[in-house]
Amino acid sequence: MTATTETPSALGRPIKRKEDARLLHGQTNWTDNIQLPGTVHMAILRSPYAHAKITKLDVSPAKNHANVVNAFGAAELGDLNGSIPCVWPVTDDIVMPAFPALAPDTVRQVGDCVAVVLATNPQSAVDALEDIVVQYEPLPVVIDMEKAIAPGATPVHADAGTNVCYVYNLGGGYEEVKAKADVVVKRRFINQRLIPAFMEPRSVVAAPMGMSDEITVWSATQIPHVLRVLLALVTGIPENNLRVVAPDVGGGFGGKLQCYREEVLVVNLARKLGRPVKWTETRSEDMLATHHGRDQIQDIEIAATKDGKLLGLNVELIANMGAYLQIITPGIPLLGMFMYPAIYKMEAYNFKCTGVFTNTTPTDAYRGAGRPEATYAIERIIDELAAELGMDPLALREKNWIKHEEFPYTTVSGLTYDTGNYEAATAKALDLFGYDELRAEQKRRRDSNEPVQLGIGISTFTEMCGLAPSRTLGALKYVAGGWEHCTIRVLPTGKVELITGTSPHGQGHETAWSQIASSILGVPVEDIEVVHSDTGRAPYGMDTYGSRSLAVGGRAIKLAAERLIEKARVIAAHQLECSPADLEFVNGVFQVKGDASKQQPLGAVAFEAFTAHNLPDGVEPTLQGEATVDPDDFSYPHGTHLAAIEVDTETGKVRVRTYVAVDDVGIQVNPMIVEGQVHGGLAQGIAQALYEGAFYDEDGQPLNATLSTYLIPAAPDLPSFITGQTVTPSTTHPLGTKGVGEAGTIASTPAIINGVVDALRHLGVTEVAMPATPMTVWKTIQAAKGGK
Amino acid sequence: MTSLYDEVSPAPAADVPTKRVTINVNGEARTVDVEPRLLLAHLLRQGLKLTGTHTGCDTTSCGTCTVLFDGRPVKSCTMLAVQADGHEVETVEGMSSASELHPVQEGFKQEHGLQCGYCTPGMMLAAKALLERNPDPTEDEVRWALSGNLCRCTGYQNIVKSVLWAAQKMRGQNPEA
Repeated sequence: MTATTETPSALGRPIKRKEDARLLHGQTNWTDNIQLPGTVHMAILRSPYAHAKITKLDVSPAKNHANVVNAFGAAELGDLNGSIPCVWPVTDDIVMPAFPALAPDTVRQVGDCVAVVLATNPQSAVDALEDIVVQYEPLPVVIDMEKAIAPGATPVHADAGTNVCYVYNLGGGYEEVKAKADVVVKRRFINQRLIPAFMEPRSVVAAPMGMSDEITVWSATQIPHVLRVLLALVTGIPENNLRVVAPDVGGGFGGKLQCYREEVLVVNLARKLGRPVKWTETRSEDMLATHHGRDQIQDIEIAATKDGKLLGLNVELIANMGAYLQIITPGIPLLGMFMYPAIYKMEAYNFKCTGVFTNTTPTDAYRGAGRPEATYAIERIIDELAAELGMDPLALREKNWIKHEEFPYTTVSGLTYDTGNYEAATAKALDLFGYDELRAEQKRRRDSNEPVQLGIGISTFTEMCGLAPSRTLGALKYVAGGWEHCTIRVLPTGKVELITGTSPHGQGHETAWSQIASSILGVPVEDIEVVHSDTGRAPYGMDTYGSRSLAVGGRAIKLAAERLIEKARVIAAHQLECSPADLEFVNGVFQVKGDASKQQPLGAVAFEAFTAHNLPDGVEPTLQGEATVDPDDFSYPHGTHLAAIEVDTETGKVRVRTYVAVDDVGIQVNPMIVEGQVHGGLAQGIAQALYEGAFYDEDGQPLNATLSTYLIPAAPDLPSFITGQTVTPSTTHPLGTKGVGEAGTIASTPAIINGVVDALRHLGVTEVAMPATPMTVWKTIQAAKGGK
Repeated sequence: MTSLYDEVSPAPAADVPTKRVTINVNGEARTVDVEPRLLLAHLLRQGLKLTGTHTGCDTTSCGTCTVLFDGRPVKSCTMLAVQADGHEVETVEGMSSASELHPVQEGFKQEHGLQCGYCTPGMMLAAKALLERNPDPTEDEVRWALSGNLCRCTGYQNIVKSVLWAAQKMRGQNPEA
């Protein structure tokens, strides 16, 4: 054999995805595809009222329907009516109301679960819902958050006596710096309610597995590991008898980061009936019963000197919890809490958040979770301050942002950003965008009073992701850690199993994780099988959300691979009769330094470890490496996004003419996947700015809870994006990587609205509500005209 | 002859009528007894076990259930199985031969036109129908042809590139050139 030479690492290459083949052929394993013998199908009677007493409920007529196996209300379920958990009690005195899966006596949102029917086919279960006798006595409804916390409001939970869930304060000193400010700008922004609307509806199957006491649960979830713990706690089924599998999962965006009522019901009913139980939601159910996101009233005030130096920031939020607390409902605004000061240096920051109950669908994590809200508010008010000061908004940002030589930098909210280079990202974005030319065109259109005006929207953002250092989570009263696990095994045949605790649902982990392991083990990407999302095969993990999978899980992969190599080195040295220190490891082969004839590939080492015929003393058989790692810090990707926005002042129609996104996510494992994540993120952020919003009438009836009325953008509604990158490696991550899953969503919403306002500012417009539909924009223009 | 109810679950109650239909699915005649109210999407998924056809809404909005009906893209959640009697239906399972991907499938892989993959079968079938009637579409024409299909992951840009890649390939050009 000849000496091996270094081949290019798989890391950093745009390798086509391993996941694609089965998805392109329709050979997928969605939860709803599972058809087990003897399955009974669950259908749910849901409340048509936002707030009502259940004065009568009789499920027995449904039992007479053909093919119906049984029917249950809360009374019939008794102890099996599990209580839905919230794991983030953000304050000591937080109000945490009971949240039984089936409402026992009062319904508090449209879509609340009242009763279930189980039948041997899905259509019979749905048909039999009609036979249930139910009567309601409507109660006063609270929808508006400010009215909900005003004196005399009807409490959503009568025994709580209030609709205030909690009040959270952070920081201080704002009033002192405000006293010395030349300019103070105050705004109220409404960050409207959104619906995650992943394309695959939720589905869950639970099956007692016969040979043992095990119950296997398949669920379209982002969090099989966390769900297993919570289902054990809620149902009382011993955790070691529960196996949770997330098969192919069609998107999540935070919406499948949950322990849902339906999951608890299906598991408990499978146990009670001793046979498989299945439930798949309709989209109409999804829009009511899957948690929503955002929904904050943001009062924000910024103080600065007359030459544009920021002094301080005051943020007061009212955050809508909805009718109940789900898994991390109260904590979502706090994930944004640290990010209002963003990339800017200032002396003081005050934050206050009031969590409020209303008769609406509970809110919880949706792509970005708290950070899009924060970024929207700060990036919007920076533009407003620039207008007040008569400064270019980019110049104001540059004057106040953290300079690249100042990292690591501890912000006024207490976070320490490891790295960043806002100058470089902005320069790159300006280069791709043509800022000066567009400003000239804007002036030309204004001067000639053209019907279609041009605006330039800027967003220079950073975010904190990669959830998260466990001690930090503990300090915030989050009842879980933020670690991640990886086990890598080289099997006797030389093939590799990489077992991860992350749980992908479209991100491409199977490809990207293989690339990381390949770059360390020297094994081809195609020889690595990534095992995930099954607590039976991948027992340890904290799953996928908060752009954490690479930021945290990537650390575990690297460490597990390195530990495996160190074990293999000892075995190889024994085989080659040399000291481990005399071996070098190149392209998956150990060879004696200076003697290329003496070498052993990793696969051969694995076979020796398997037979264990000739291992050094004290070395255990089998070749595997394990690591469970807790991150040192959050991950801080950043970037500069610029949008050229055309607004037709006669119709209010907004067109995104050019969108430039320069993102710095550190070292990229697979640039093709990174770009895809940015594109998808941009689409959702732009959708909040222009298209989406879930609204209720004053009786608590959802006004647009279907996909025909809730406007998810289609292909003609979005432009092609111009993407670019700068690479400032993270210094706290061993691979130099940062998170990317949420960046596009966080950055793009303010870029769009800043552009819309910029196009209309000369008409007197200083704010446009989201979503900036033609009607909203047109009315805003008319109001500004009328006000003059 | 297949009875949907033998395959999936017990027969419907005696008073539920059924109708016998024969549908050519991916080149194979399938005869089944169905409830008149059964949706074509449900027949494909549950009865014929062709689970590559998805359902994502109940308002004909999302397009994940798109199949080709006599060569035209239709939303199979908005068509009754009995309406397909005597017609040809193509699903994602019929797109590729045993050895070769359809150029549209290949384009989606090459241009990273999918992430979670849930919208993908419907997208690809809508794209295939477009390219059969318009082999050289503009980006705008691709966007409008796919406007009945929602994707929540990709932002559509790479889907558009995937379709344009396939168009070049189908015209005998090298999409990588």
